[in-house]
Amino acid sequence: MIDFVLAPLEYGFMVRALIGSVLVGVMCPLLGAYVVTRNLAFMGDALAHAVLPGMVLGFIVGINPAIAAVPTGVSVAVLVRIVSRRAGLSADTSIGILFAAMFALGLVMLATSPTIGVDMEDLLLGQILAISPTDIYVSLGITIVVILGLFALHHWLLFASFDPVGSQVVGARANFVDYVLLVMLALVIVIGIQAAGIVLVMAMLVTPAATAYVLVRRFVSMMMAAAAIGTAAAVTGLYISYHFNLPAGPAMTLVASGIFVLVVSFRRKAPA
Amino acid sequence: MNPAPNVHAASMSLQDVTVELDGHMALSNVTFDVHAGTLMGVVGPNGAGKSTLFNAIAGLLPVRRGKVTLHRVDRRSGALAYVPQQESVNWRFPVTVMDVAMMGLCCKLGWCRRPGKKDRDLVDECLCRVGLWDHRSALMTELSGGQKQRVFVARALTQEASVLLLDEAFSGVDVGAQEGLIEVLQTMKNEGRIVLLATHDLTNLAGRFDQVLCLNRQVCACGPPDQVFTPEVMEKLYGAHGVRLTRDGER
Repeated sequence: MIDFVLAPLEYGFMVRALIGSVLVGVMCPLLGAYVVTRNLAFMGDALAHAVLPGMVLGFIVGINPAIAAVPTGVSVAVLVRIVSRRAGLSADTSIGILFAAMFALGLVMLATSPTIGVDMEDLLLGQILAISPTDIYVSLGITIVVILGLFALHHWLLFASFDPVGSQVVGARANFVDYVLLVMLALVIVIGIQAAGIVLVMAMLVTPAATAYVLVRRFVSMMMAAAAIGTAAAVTGLYISYHFNLPAGPAMTLVASGIFVLVVSFRRKAPA
Repeated sequence: MNPAPNVHAASMSLQDVTVELDGHMALSNVTFDVHAGTLMGVVGPNGAGKSTLFNAIAGLLPVRRGKVTLHRVDRRSGALAYVPQQESVNWRFPVTVMDVAMMGLCCKLGWCRRPGKKDRDLVDECLCRVGLWDHRSALMTELSGGQKQRVFVARALTQEASVLLLDEAFSGVDVGAQEGLIEVLQTMKNEGRIVLLATHDLTNLAGRFDQVLCLNRQVCACGPPDQVFTPEVMEKLYGAHGVRLTRDGER
């Protein structure tokens, strides 16, 4: 058993992958708690797809794709709010328009830049075993910024999430808080994509938080439980992928989904 | 440690307020004044513009013509509190009674400060005032309609609001709980606060308001309940059915 845990850590890439997995396992579910309770799952999925042009641009100009994806994700998060307010459209519709347009732009950029040699499958499904030291620094930086943001805005985030109208009456801060939440979501998705890829990052964002929603009563407890479940799923998934020669992103996703199925099967009653 | 009586001295004045929604006139030339220490009922049928009026007062909707003036009300410090309709609250969000009461402290806490002992004492005191201290650890979804409304009132108390707007506060609340809610609101107005409560449901509690604003896209009447609940005004509000309501009330 000890060998099962320690043997992989003789390799530098596995140590980096483990650090990356823990960061993904903590940060995605922390924001995921808001995603699940504020019905932002579509927004999360859209942001994950919409950062593709930023990542491809990073490969083209030789910048770390995680760094290049940050401004793209943040811009799309802010644009969704602006488009839905200005055009009087529902957020879902604005998300649908921007998500498809940005993903298509990324695919066109990829098709017209054959020299960059990026495997589309790595982008879609993640490649945490190939995570670089720079990726780790970027993820750490994002983690610190997002944790500080969540701490500073905690009460406003609760207010705006539970009672959007009442919080707007109290101050313009409520609108600002919503923007900041989307920006933090975009940042965390950039970390998540490295581990689980564009398609499967949703699993780390939504599944641990949904599991925690079933298990605990209060929102703060839900965030803590989600982070614990997410970390367990990401680390277990990483070890399974190493020992059984499986892709890491899908292994993490399956572990997170398995925990969800177990919890839902054995819960005593539906949450209030 | 109850707040001293009449510490709130806000007043409200609406002059010829006209609001357009999606190209049609939702409110037309609405004019009325409310003084400190008033419990006002805003009554009218569905679609009469009650929520629009509250949104205009709260600054959530632009006023096309006219003016909303709130004297001695600093919105940024939380002096205006709004209890929205039940449908606009995110009930999926798992918060307890205490969490919601604590939200009233957002303005005071600012960005980074955590609630201290004084803040928690204030929340406890406000929950006691609305009779929900025993339920402080309950989830909001575990409460009845009347209890939920009282939690929002507790939030307005922690916010130390001078003006409280309650939109459709009687919706889904049984008559006994409506009575309890009115009692809490009366203690608030006795401290000099302005309390506006919108309802489309004309219950026997309508007589408990100090003032009643009868609204049907424009002001049909405004004054003490015994002066405004006349067959003519009721007909303007509810058509022929309104006249029957007045007669039933008289009996």
